[in-house]
Amino acid sequence: MSEATLYFIQQLINGLTIGSAYALIAIGYTMVYGIIGMINFAHGEIYMIGAYTALIAITGLATLGVAWLPLILLVALICAVIVSSAMGWAVERVAYRPVRGRHRLIPLISAIGMSIFLQNYVHLAQGSRNIGFPLLIEGGFDFGSADTFRASLSYMQLTVFVTTFICMTALSLFISRSRIGRACRAVSQDLGMANLLGIDTNRIIAATFVIGAALAAVAGLLLGMYYGSIDPLFGFIAGLKAFTAAVLGGIGSIPGAMLGGLILGVSESMTSGYLSGEYKDVVSFGLLILILLFKPTGLLGKPEVEKI
Amino acid sequence: MIANNMKHALFCAVITLIISYPILGFNLEARGVDITISGASTFTLVMVALAALVVFAFQLFRDRIMGALAAIPKPGSDSHKEPMEENRRAQIQSWILTGILVLALFWPFFVSRGSVDLATLVLIYVMLALGLNVVVGLAGLLDLGYVAFYAVGAYTFALLSDYAGFSFWMSLPVGALLAALFGLILGFPVLRLRGDYLAIVTLGFGEIIRILLNNWTSLTGGPNGIGGIPEPTLFGMEFGRRVKEEGNTSFHETFGIAYSGEDKVIFLYLISLVLAVFTALVIRRFMRMPVGRAWEALREDEIAARSLGLSRTAVKLSAFTIGAFFAGFAGTVFASKQGFISPESFVFLESAIILAIVVLGGMGSQLGVILAAVAVTILPELAREFSEYRMLIFGAAMVLMMVWRPQGLIPMRRIHIELKKQE
Repeated sequence: MSEATLYFIQQLINGLTIGSAYALIAIGYTMVYGIIGMINFAHGEIYMIGAYTALIAITGLATLGVAWLPLILLVALICAVIVSSAMGWAVERVAYRPVRGRHRLIPLISAIGMSIFLQNYVHLAQGSRNIGFPLLIEGGFDFGSADTFRASLSYMQLTVFVTTFICMTALSLFISRSRIGRACRAVSQDLGMANLLGIDTNRIIAATFVIGAALAAVAGLLLGMYYGSIDPLFGFIAGLKAFTAAVLGGIGSIPGAMLGGLILGVSESMTSGYLSGEYKDVVSFGLLILILLFKPTGLLGKPEVEKI
Repeated sequence: MIANNMKHALFCAVITLIISYPILGFNLEARGVDITISGASTFTLVMVALAALVVFAFQLFRDRIMGALAAIPKPGSDSHKEPMEENRRAQIQSWILTGILVLALFWPFFVSRGSVDLATLVLIYVMLALGLNVVVGLAGLLDLGYVAFYAVGAYTFALLSDYAGFSFWMSLPVGALLAALFGLILGFPVLRLRGDYLAIVTLGFGEIIRILLNNWTSLTGGPNGIGGIPEPTLFGMEFGRRVKEEGNTSFHETFGIAYSGEDKVIFLYLISLVLAVFTALVIRRFMRMPVGRAWEALREDEIAARSLGLSRTAVKLSAFTIGAFFAGFAGTVFASKQGFISPESFVFLESAIILAIVVLGGMGSQLGVILAAVAVTILPELAREFSEYRMLIFGAAMVLMMVWRPQGLIPMRRIHIELKKQE
């Protein structure tokens, strides 16, 4: 293969890696929006807290002398998921439930406040400097090389793909088969009716936040390791990107969030690969603006009917 | 009942522990490539435990506490009091305002330079908050990228003075108009979006502007910013020790007084004061004009307003443009005050602070917004040890306001007639 092709494939792989992690975060946005129609602005912060918890767990285990990698990763993952889910639950309880059903802007402003609060909470507790995340999964394999360029798939990237795949499959099964999943779908179709039929909607909404937060925590661990460093602000941009992914795929639709995440990740890595890394954020925000302007329902979303 | 409460209270306390202990209880420290972890101080651990206990107790006795709180009469909701007559109230208000204005005019001559500098910053925030109040408070359009227009104003002045030698007074209208033009151009396509989508798009726009400023190094100097921005002049009189520009005279020589660095600071303060008052008055007029009423009508009920013949785009666009115009104003003053600007000053956090001011003060209420701008800017300076908690408190305050008092500290008052209750 020529160097140009290899370079392209490499960018594609990088993009899909980032994109699948974005998709994990985007699920949280899309599920919450699908059920109560609000943008959970603090979701990026929950993802960031997941990454911090994972790092704390990893460092703690290393201090204790645990060296078996799968155990470290598993413990970090479980800790991150537990803390983030609790955070997601608490955020919903404190900041969103009391303002549910009020004017559209009120939950959004409350969410922005929550996002600022959580950012500064971690900032004050852990400092504002970025902290290096140890690269636990090293190595990879090359699948082609030209004169000076080698295209490779690292084991880290493979881990991201596999984990995302497992999470997505589990989520799909959960939503389509389980009792809570069925209740989730019912609530997203018609909250009032679901309530009348005896579904505890408050609980289902809380469950939605918890599921979204758990997936965000997984993404936090994965992307933290992949990028190699985290700081209290790193949830903000990632959250915006994931929101873009959710909108791109059609907000409210879970397959849409997956598709949107992948498209966004690839377009971002293509921009940094062929233009300049500085402009990748411009491309994703530009993409967001264009989608909202010309196809607000996204790729797989259902059109919203304005009722008078 | 108690058993049920007990279960819930325990659950809440455990959640509190889970969300606070890992983050607060361990400190990560990077030493070179190694990361070390250390337990937090006993004080922090005690606080975490205390927080969990408080949550537990609150949830356990939730019903009683809420009942007790509801029993306390609210001081503000006393509706039996005879409302003051409208024109008498207006008279008193205008007297108070004049008094404050006179005080504000003479105050800087008696205080330290630092306080005057801070007051200038307060006035810049007042301008920004009043401008955003039009967009968010009156028209109900949540603009999260407001800082972009502020940046346009500031950079317009910096670039014009750098490349074309424009003075402050020439740049002031240009910067404001350019910011308004940006508002118009951005607003035209995005204003048909629904509330929350609009918020995200404006946020994206704000970030794009900042990234462009950061990376267009040949024009804006990138992260290094632009320095050497001139100060305003008074009829061609400069406030520096030496005259920088050909044809200008210096202030202290013209009036035959000794040179003092404070003159410049006070002059800038007075300019900001005049501009802030101008902003407040113009927006006040707008609020009473048909267009102002249209903003509110559209905010309250879009469908009803449209069916009465209001053009949605025109009304929203006017609010957006006017808001952007005053942000441009504030930006120009800011550039002149700092003498140096860089994209660092125009991050999303700045938008969030301005939004917090508007929300805390009371959306739509000019007086509330002005007071909130003063409080938000001055309080962290007064309590230095709390300044690092500033944003934490902002965030919490925004949430609490939305939950308990979404209309703000001083809600907007509208001219209205109340029916007297029949005996």
